[in-house]
Amino acid sequence: MSEVPSTLFTAAPHWRWLIVFYFFLGGIAGGAYLIAALIDLFGRPWDRPLARLGYLVAFPLTVVCGILLVVDLNRPLRFWHMLLASETLTPMIKWWSPMSVGAWALLLFGFFTLLSFVAALADDGWLRWPGLARLRPPGILGTIVVVLGGLLGFFIAGYTGVLLAVTNRPIWSDTSLIGLVFLISSASTGAAVLMLLARRRAVANAEGLHALERFDTLLLVLELLALVALVVSLGSLARLWLNTWGVLLVLGVVGVGIVAPLLLHRQARTSALAGASAAVLVLVGGFLLRVVIVLSSESV
Amino acid sequence: MAEPMGFFTDTTICIGCKACEVACKEWNQLPAANGGVNTLSGDSYDNTRRLDGLHWRHVKFVEQFTPDRSEGRWLLMSDVCKHCVQAGCLEVCPTGAIIRTEFDTVVIQSSACNGCRDCIGACPFGVIDINPVSGTAQKCTLCYDRLQAGMEPACSKACPTDSIQFGTIADLRQRAEARVGQLRGQGENRAQLYGADDRMLGGLNSFFLLIDRPEAYGLPPDPKMPSRNLAPGSLWATLGGILVGIAGLVSFRNRGNRP
Repeated sequence: MSEVPSTLFTAAPHWRWLIVFYFFLGGIAGGAYLIAALIDLFGRPWDRPLARLGYLVAFPLTVVCGILLVVDLNRPLRFWHMLLASETLTPMIKWWSPMSVGAWALLLFGFFTLLSFVAALADDGWLRWPGLARLRPPGILGTIVVVLGGLLGFFIAGYTGVLLAVTNRPIWSDTSLIGLVFLISSASTGAAVLMLLARRRAVANAEGLHALERFDTLLLVLELLALVALVVSLGSLARLWLNTWGVLLVLGVVGVGIVAPLLLHRQARTSALAGASAAVLVLVGGFLLRVVIVLSSESV
Repeated sequence: MAEPMGFFTDTTICIGCKACEVACKEWNQLPAANGGVNTLSGDSYDNTRRLDGLHWRHVKFVEQFTPDRSEGRWLLMSDVCKHCVQAGCLEVCPTGAIIRTEFDTVVIQSSACNGCRDCIGACPFGVIDINPVSGTAQKCTLCYDRLQAGMEPACSKACPTDSIQFGTIADLRQRAEARVGQLRGQGENRAQLYGADDRMLGGLNSFFLLIDRPEAYGLPPDPKMPSRNLAPGSLWATLGGILVGIAGLVSFRNRGNRP
């Protein structure tokens, strides 16, 4: 007689819509910041307005993320217990617990996104204190800020998937690939937000937009491959998706969120509408990905 | 440290009286669920249904009947936190609210828990849930307060058949082995211990004697630690980071050719 998978004997932690929105918005924040950091560190000088958009997006979203996570706690006023041991007030961190590390990472990411946000405002002329612009590259201080913030952006973009894996819940802990998929999707949704804003505010030249389109095309292909690998790695547990969740995954995440934008990206050079539609669909797909991953396990 | 203490639950002599459930609720001052309104499961004498923040003992009523119901048996099992030597809940808890006591038991300190619920999904047995009164994650404490006062936990004290036995782990394991030998001698060859040695999560300090496969009792056949996925998950995510970084460099790097 075949053994019943042990993850089916566990209880759901009631991580629902607030967590889905956190995963989605945190992914965009991390993705947008890491793209901005890559552009500032290695990119073309005339793409710097694009990077500035990334910094302007990342900080407010990170603040929203913090609020979502605090509100999701059953005892919100004790949110700081994740950072300081409540009795001794000594730092509370467990490197082997993704939620513990994630709490610190989000705090630090908030700090660095704030620095870059201020620098972006100074660059824009909104803040009349030119010294603040030195928090952005070029220059040693700016480079340090963006390198550390960028690494944290990568972390925020992907750790949430590892957090789900480090449980005993069905689907989440039956594969090691959710972090990989989330990270790629985060970068993709971050790029999508930048594409939309860049078009709307007309800050980027055509070359910058094309670079984003090219970047997103690569990511969507990678995400599709990673998603297929994820389903395969679930083995017999993939049967848990032989229902509405699977339909949502195939039609929503893959069809609407990956295949359609891939086709639209090809026409983006000639049609602004196609480019904008692709970005919107990427966001829809990224959101649905997190809905399916989080809520399908919650409903087992 | 005191000697490791725990429960040995012999399911073969459980009569389903639920005295353990009542004693647990009474000692730990756990209120009725659902505002005291009776909710019946409708298909079983088991109306507790699962362990959660308000139910730290749960007597399972497993009904095994042939389709025509001419033959059948009840498997009764008083379920409880397993107080694992390698505890998944304790491992992931980001506030440090979950501790290992001097009795080698696992206790959630309600004053430190902030209700993040990571432990609920991390527990391999689905033991923990939020207590709606405190807003914190709660489960059996193996009556930590009673143990500190040299007393026996309320449930085992109340158990009229000694299906729940309390004692030192070393003593309980000996008793359990003897009981398995006795049952096998009587022809019950399915008698087996669940979690009585250190192969399962380093040992369950609350272990069981079963006469069917663990799955029949709603117990996972192969419980594991959440951290088994930490290294592979992190490595895959890091690989993803490298791929995203390369894609970014390919797309954004400065080739010096101004458009």
